Amino acid sequence: MSITAATVQLLSPEGQLVESDASAEYLPYIDALSDDQLREFYRQMVVVRRFDVEATNLQKQGELGLWVPSIGQEGAQVGSAFAARPQDHIFPSYREHAVARIRGVDLIGVIGLLRGTTHGGWNPADAGNFHLYTLVIGSHTLHATGRAMAMTLDGTTATGDPDTDAAVMTYFGDGSTSQGDVSEAFVFAASYKAPVVFFLQNNHWAISVPVSTQSRTPLYLRSGGFGIPGIQIDGNDVLASFAVTKRNLDEARGGDGPRLIEALTYRMGPHTTSDDPVKYRLGTEVAHWQTRDPISRYETWLRSRGEGDLFFSDVAEEAEDFAADIRRRTLSLGTPSIDKMFDFVYTEPHAPLAAQKQWLTEYDASFGSDA
Amino acid sequence: MTPNVQTMPMAKALNAGLRKALGDDPKVLLMGEDIGPLGGVFRITEGLQAEFGPNRVMDTPLAESGIIGTAIGLAMGGYRPVCEIQFDGFIFPGFDQITSQLAKMTNRHEGQVAMPIVIRVPYGGHIGAVEHHQESPEAYFAHTPGLRVVSPSTPHDAYWMIQEAIASDDPVMFFEPKSRYWPKGEVNLDSHDAPLHSSAVVREGTEITLVGHGAMMSVLLASAELAAEEGTSVEVIDLRSLSPIDYAPIVASVQKTGRLVVAAEAPGSFSVSSEIAATVTERAFYSLEAPVLRVSAFDAPFPPAKLETTYLPDADRVLEAVDRAMAY
Repeated sequence: MSITAATVQLLSPEGQLVESDASAEYLPYIDALSDDQLREFYRQMVVVRRFDVEATNLQKQGELGLWVPSIGQEGAQVGSAFAARPQDHIFPSYREHAVARIRGVDLIGVIGLLRGTTHGGWNPADAGNFHLYTLVIGSHTLHATGRAMAMTLDGTTATGDPDTDAAVMTYFGDGSTSQGDVSEAFVFAASYKAPVVFFLQNNHWAISVPVSTQSRTPLYLRSGGFGIPGIQIDGNDVLASFAVTKRNLDEARGGDGPRLIEALTYRMGPHTTSDDPVKYRLGTEVAHWQTRDPISRYETWLRSRGEGDLFFSDVAEEAEDFAADIRRRTLSLGTPSIDKMFDFVYTEPHAPLAAQKQWLTEYDASFGSDA
Repeated sequence: MTPNVQTMPMAKALNAGLRKALGDDPKVLLMGEDIGPLGGVFRITEGLQAEFGPNRVMDTPLAESGIIGTAIGLAMGGYRPVCEIQFDGFIFPGFDQITSQLAKMTNRHEGQVAMPIVIRVPYGGHIGAVEHHQESPEAYFAHTPGLRVVSPSTPHDAYWMIQEAIASDDPVMFFEPKSRYWPKGEVNLDSHDAPLHSSAVVREGTEITLVGHGAMMSVLLASAELAAEEGTSVEVIDLRSLSPIDYAPIVASVQKTGRLVVAAEAPGSFSVSSEIAATVTERAFYSLEAPVLRVSAFDAPFPPAKLETTYLPDADRVLEAVDRAMAY
């Protein structure tokens, strides 16, 4: 699935602003950004890509059980993440590392998931309302919808004040659009006019299955039958991702109901480090998307606006430092206490489980202190 | 002050319990299919939408996974959803959200997010229903860590247990024996009898213990009466809670009687009854005079209605097991 006249693109793969009706509509959102904000887009994309490389290396060195790279999808993620407001809630899938970082998640939490030290990694209430990763495909789109329904019931949305009105954004992929839960989320969101933006990253591959197996029509058209307006953007254009997401989130928080954004992007790496994309896709396809990279086109644009070498070398250095810090902290992530296995299954006392914990404690102690 | 005791069927007792919970806590929501103006297909929520409004008693789209999944999001937003699943056999479209999401949510958040969700499920046979409307799927949920599973057998228990379930910060599967919706019983509207997860000795005896839950309780009590007429003294225990199971009264009873028969409407293999048999064997081995016996449905799909009285355990099948146990 490729860019068409219907696709919103503000920055071309060559790094030039696009002149079109759509860009005329959305460029004011970009004009309103400060130079520092525009630099921040770049900084986050570069740092998270370097993080991805480091995590992949850690996996290859046996320090992580698995890694889930997001390389290639930084534009879609960084733009949309910066479009959200602090009061918004974000329900990710499991590849939204850039969104996580922008919302305030310490990415060592994501590392812990893949190192096998936690099933969570952060407290959403302390991490910009960025909820936990969900591994079962599409399940979280219903949680997002329910959370948005709660905002409607609370009256914390659609009061007319965009600075305080809340909305929900949920990230999911092209594969997950085939899951029943995503369709049910569309049904519930439309029925209750829930303030939720469905942000679909169409990265073209669900592990080894191409998007053409999931859908014969463009996915942004999928939601129309549910009564949810859909729009397609160039997902490797961080500016389009920001502007269109901002518009749609503001519409949702304003009481207009749910929205779907399909970001056309590409998973440049494997699905996970256990995957072997050479078995199912052509190098020419990957090479084509290499020319559409979100970071290089944005760097070209920033340089054309006068950004100098010093900024880019500073960001590169920051990315190296971040990667080194992640590596150091990864290696210090040890085995969690058995408390974590038993203590949070229920919030209220549970006698049989407490007895099992007691048994394990005594069993371990029976081996003596040298065990 | 004289207690406020009224005679009503379980359906009305549940309605009264839900009304009280809605009135006591503005965060309590009811969600389900046809629960609004119709009052649910069993009329358990009758009148509640008129009283509390469509935002508190929500007719949902016809999608069980959607009901459970959005309830999870609502609970994250501070609400206490009470979901009605229309019939036992319709819970499976929501099974993934219950077992993979709801049951694990608090654990994944290391206790920082509670899931105060109740899922009400009318279950069991004896109503001459069509396929998928007579099943007893409670073992699937009792097997799942993170869930609590309960089932009242009387109007009074239904009244206080539904309120306790709603008050719990953990997810509770609330199985309602639909064949017992309409027989009347006394309900003390002022009393919360016991903790939610407590079994109860409902008939005292000395020679053999019968354990069950839900609609099976009326069969067990009738069996005990028949056994008494033949000179056997039977103790009967109502589990009320299937996860966790309150074993203390069961073990104490078996230590007294030396014999145990566990009965349920579900197929017997890998069942709640099997779990009880194993645990009692571990805890009261030297008290047992006979093997623990199970009386259950057969390991076949629930049959067409004309065969259900053959499929489901009745007093005769319970007494046959009592006779076998007494023969040791």
